[in-house]
Amino acid sequence: MDKVLFGDNQFFAVNHLSDEKSREQAIRFKDDSAIIRVLDQAIEVGINTFMCTTHDRIANICDHMRANPDKYRDFKIYPGMPYAHKYANAVTELGILGTIKQYVPGNIFGTFAKGGMAYLNKDFLKLMEIFIDAEMKMFKGINTPVIFIQNVIVDMILGLRAYDAFKAYDEYIRKKYHAEPGYITMNMPALLDALNSIGIENPIICSSINKIGFRMSGGKEIYEKYLREKEFRPIAMQVLAAGALRPKEAIEYLGNFPKIESVLFGASSRGHISETKELIEKYL
Amino acid sequence: MLKAGIIGLGKMGLSHAAIVAPHKDVDLAAVCDTSSLMLEGFKKFTGVKVYDDYRKMIDSEKLDFVIIATPTKFHFPMVKYALQKGIHTFCEKPFSLTVREGEELVSLAEKNNLVNQVGYHNHFIGTFRELKRLINVGILGDLVHFAGEAYGPVVIKPKGGTWRSDPGEGGGCLFDYASHVINLIQEIIGRPVSAAGAQLKKIYSKDVEDAVYSVLKLETGLTGILSVNWSDETYRKMSTSITVIGKKGKIICDATELKIYLKEEDPREKLDRGWTTKYITDLAIPVEFYLRGEEYSAQIDNFVRHVVENKQTEINTFRQALETDRVMGIIIAESKR
Repeated sequence: MDKVLFGDNQFFAVNHLSDEKSREQAIRFKDDSAIIRVLDQAIEVGINTFMCTTHDRIANICDHMRANPDKYRDFKIYPGMPYAHKYANAVTELGILGTIKQYVPGNIFGTFAKGGMAYLNKDFLKLMEIFIDAEMKMFKGINTPVIFIQNVIVDMILGLRAYDAFKAYDEYIRKKYHAEPGYITMNMPALLDALNSIGIENPIICSSINKIGFRMSGGKEIYEKYLREKEFRPIAMQVLAAGALRPKEAIEYLGNFPKIESVLFGASSRGHISETKELIEKYL
Repeated sequence: MLKAGIIGLGKMGLSHAAIVAPHKDVDLAAVCDTSSLMLEGFKKFTGVKVYDDYRKMIDSEKLDFVIIATPTKFHFPMVKYALQKGIHTFCEKPFSLTVREGEELVSLAEKNNLVNQVGYHNHFIGTFRELKRLINVGILGDLVHFAGEAYGPVVIKPKGGTWRSDPGEGGGCLFDYASHVINLIQEIIGRPVSAAGAQLKKIYSKDVEDAVYSVLKLETGLTGILSVNWSDETYRKMSTSITVIGKKGKIICDATELKIYLKEEDPREKLDRGWTTKYITDLAIPVEFYLRGEEYSAQIDNFVRHVVENKQTEINTFRQALETDRVMGIIIAESKR
């Protein structure tokens, strides 16, 4: 994995510190061309991996990349599925079953369709595969060497101790997409223990890692212990603690843990992108 | 170890299950739902015992507490049954469809001395807590106005046909979204006792309201506005905010930040004259397990701790939630005038 992974929160009005800032971002990135311009700036300063959700608008970015193969030849995308709010808002209105019915491709009641059969037979793992395939469709023809599940789903499975779902996910991503499965979580130590317990060794885990312990469930100490002692491939996110930390002190802190392979961050201006990238390369 | 059961495996029930199961003081013993797909999934992946009848679950499991996360119309019979069997009860919001039923549950819980809590989770968000504290210390002086708002993208095109589209089942924006805001106003600023105008507006839904607008009058005499709309797709998810204006300044508070404006500096609170922003990063309540927000774990922690200590909680009791039901009743009545 590259040391520097460019994230997409800023494009989709995700700001953990300010709803007002979210709105500014939504206005600024109204057009896909504005997203592409910032991505191109990231490429110009030498960033080659884009880690993004499966937001509908990413499909347009993928179209643009496929249309310009020379320009994006070395560019990789790490998809993180699903774009949770798409489903969360649907669940509030339609309920869980209603949401499954709405999003399983094809007619759920058509028993000859793959999705309909899986639904009727309560074949959960098949349903999961159908969802993964639906989410991955937009990346066809694009290099996706690592494929993540988002923290809402990971942490739900973790909490329910439905670890077989991790196992099935892990196997399916390797088999069908020839990619490395990755996990985003807000509960890194607990997740690593869970994955190890079912024989998944040295997994890629993306979690909040920052100096002030923001969104590091169970406390900073146990995170630091795991970063020093356990075997896994950590990606640090929320390193600026939603903006509470200055970039230099934030990234300097990560330098204490040589095991951290990559840092995920998002920024909207060329200056911030290159400043953060240089800091990561200096301290990591 | 406390033995817990969950009734209703919708979005909130599943979320509670995932938070309760890893809790160090709790054993999630059983879950109950009517969907065979859900139950099959639970049985297969989690090993937790499943029931399709809540009475059977309560009768055979010897639970210490139960979490009820079913559609609102089922709260009354389910909560009542649990309380009659002496089981501490956490119930999702809104509490009950009618004030009469709510009152019966409140007195039953209090008479049997059972820990009771309702899922108004915003009170476990650090920013709203800080807002309450600042108002209690009188930082804004005499209050002159407030605004409670929530917006989000739940129903953004015409359709209908779920339990949420039946007005008799508590399915509209008032019960779902506005109840959170009313509860925040009630607990942070003061209890609403009347409405001077109220509109329940349908935007895309056929049978229920998609927006709620009202002028609320509190028992202190203070008035303010309630503005809630779940058909606003300019929001990515539900966004709730409370603005309070006093003679000494103003505070705008949401789940991420608290913006404070003071006419004069306040040395006790170390707040400057003019604007100061406090962020959730400094105010979040630390949790052992995180799912969708610290507040969901923190509210369960609070409930469990009180069950362990066999002590009534001060936050989000049935009685407080009943007040919110009462205010919703006032708004409905006013909207029909």
